[in-house]
Amino acid sequence: MAPILELKGVSKSFGAVQALQKVDFEVKSGEVMALVGDNGAGKSTLIKSIVGIHPFDEGTVFFEGKKTTIHGPREAAALGIEVVYQDLALADNLDVVANMFLGREVVRGLWSLDEENMEEAAIRTLDSLSVSTLRSVRQPVASLSGGQRQAIAVAKAVMWNSKVVILDEPTAALGVAQTSQVLQLVKTLRDKGLAVVIISHNLHDVFEVADRITVLRLGQCVTVFEAAETTEQEVVYAITAGKHSKVPGMVNS
Amino acid sequence: MSEVNETPSVPQNGLLEGTNAPSLGTYAKNYVRRMRSGDMGSLPIILGIIVIAIIFQSQNEHYLTPRNFVNLIVQMAGITTIAIGVVFVLLLGEIDLSVGYVSAVSAVFLAMRLRPPTGWPWTLAIIAALLFAAAIGIIQGAFITKAKLPSFIVTLAGLLVWNGVVLILIGTGGTVIIQQPVVIGIANYFLSPTVGWLVGIAAILFFTINHLRRWRMRQYRSVSSEPLLIVILQIVTVVALILAVVYVANQDRGVPFVGVLLLILLVVFSYIAARTRFGRYVYAIGGSEESARRAGIQVDRIKILVFMVSSLMAGMGGIVLASRLRSVDTAAGGGNLLLMSIAAPVIGGTSLFGGYGRVMSALLGALVIASIENGMGLLGLSAGAKFIITGLVLLAAVLIDAITRRGREQFGIS
Repeated sequence: MAPILELKGVSKSFGAVQALQKVDFEVKSGEVMALVGDNGAGKSTLIKSIVGIHPFDEGTVFFEGKKTTIHGPREAAALGIEVVYQDLALADNLDVVANMFLGREVVRGLWSLDEENMEEAAIRTLDSLSVSTLRSVRQPVASLSGGQRQAIAVAKAVMWNSKVVILDEPTAALGVAQTSQVLQLVKTLRDKGLAVVIISHNLHDVFEVADRITVLRLGQCVTVFEAAETTEQEVVYAITAGKHSKVPGMVNS
Repeated sequence: MSEVNETPSVPQNGLLEGTNAPSLGTYAKNYVRRMRSGDMGSLPIILGIIVIAIIFQSQNEHYLTPRNFVNLIVQMAGITTIAIGVVFVLLLGEIDLSVGYVSAVSAVFLAMRLRPPTGWPWTLAIIAALLFAAAIGIIQGAFITKAKLPSFIVTLAGLLVWNGVVLILIGTGGTVIIQQPVVIGIANYFLSPTVGWLVGIAAILFFTINHLRRWRMRQYRSVSSEPLLIVILQIVTVVALILAVVYVANQDRGVPFVGVLLLILLVVFSYIAARTRFGRYVYAIGGSEESARRAGIQVDRIKILVFMVSSLMAGMGGIVLASRLRSVDTAAGGGNLLLMSIAAPVIGGTSLFGGYGRVMSALLGALVIASIENGMGLLGLSAGAKFIITGLVLLAAVLIDAITRRGREQFGIS
């Protein structure tokens, strides 16, 4: 199957700093692609460049097989690419429904918010993701646990016909039980046929959900592992000291 | 705009069962839980108003009389109108110190445009005065958002500038008299008993029909709704309140026109705050500006609009105050008007820290302030004593806000 999102030879520099150099990256529908690498490896830059916050200097982006240029998060969202950032970007004082529809409210008549419609859709989405620990979709996000907040942020991202969901460190601040809830959610997304990109430092989590693992090191793509055919040691070695398995920029055979 | 994902599966987890039409017991349990987490809503303020009424009535039997009740409505109208605009600014987590003198500028502008022999028609003069006030808000809002200056400083500058403009406009004469009967009528006209009842019944029908329709709709769409008994209780309370107000006012001069104006403003702005995108975005920015920005909300535009609303309502409040005095003088907009207009929503339960509060808090807080002022006036106490008591009430209100905030933090909130 062809990848839904494919980057070929993308580079990005900030002044003298080469943040990304001839990186190849791809993710297919119905797979979880982990993106790992040490601090400064270029993971966040890659994500921000994909959704157009910092446009790539060179290289090409293919979305659903077509060459595309994405100029900003709105265009990315219109294509169906959603990012859930580490800080989740939720408004604590608003309830779950208001947060899930923030900026994309459904309106009835001229101005009235269609609360019933939004609440129904929010419940349906949460339900399809098997999020069942909420007391009510009308409780403020402030009263939710870290795992629940993460679930709301993910639900918010997938509600809009998303095809690619990028999760930035979704388990970084969570305890054991909540981490497993979120990882379960990631698997649900994959089973629904979405392409999931998960950035994580926690290799244990990565191995639990990922189908493939892309390793970045110093702005270059070191290698792509099949999760089933590698070990944590191998990945750690690739992250910290790995030799590049191929010459940067060389077309993937 | 993308479509919502349609998933055919029927919701199966506990989410729906738990929320749709909860039993009375569940409702009560949720209410107690909210209270214990520190979210007490309007309860402290309503208790406060009752306590104030009891104290003053026990000291002076003229306090709870139809005459004084009607006086109270007229006295609080100006501050309440200004405070409605302040609520929106506070929801953003900002402040507007210019509302006092913006109200005065708008009133002076109106009074001078009405002055014969070149007086404008009253409609044109009022619209122009309100547009002028709104323009002030847009300018101040633009400085705050585009130049990224703190609202405290920009509106403090506004306070000084507009005070100066008032003094220059009024000049050495000291007072501009208003003679236009309609403008004077805003705060000095009372509805006849029959019209009062008709307006009251119209208000009751409006509320009841809307409330029931909303509840039926939520039942029909099977999303969370309140138990029927609670809905009926809410309707009965509102109906009883409206009937009582009209009845008591009719014992004296009748329902003041400005009371009806206040009711309309409260309904309209409550709707804007709670049921429109603009209102939703104001709360979102007050809760987390960065989240709002990432959600694609044009934060600057919303902020400028909020400062416009604030100045617009200040202008309207200024017109109400001028109408009551039938003139504008150099003291207009001064004294404690600004501080009371900001204190009112805070006393009414709107948070100074942004994101939490309701338009109704403007009315509740203004009612407390006006009750104290009015009651102390009846007791013949000095202005000094009034300020001390009002100050202590404000302190108590902010204390409750801070405790509520801490409660929220303890319940896993930042």
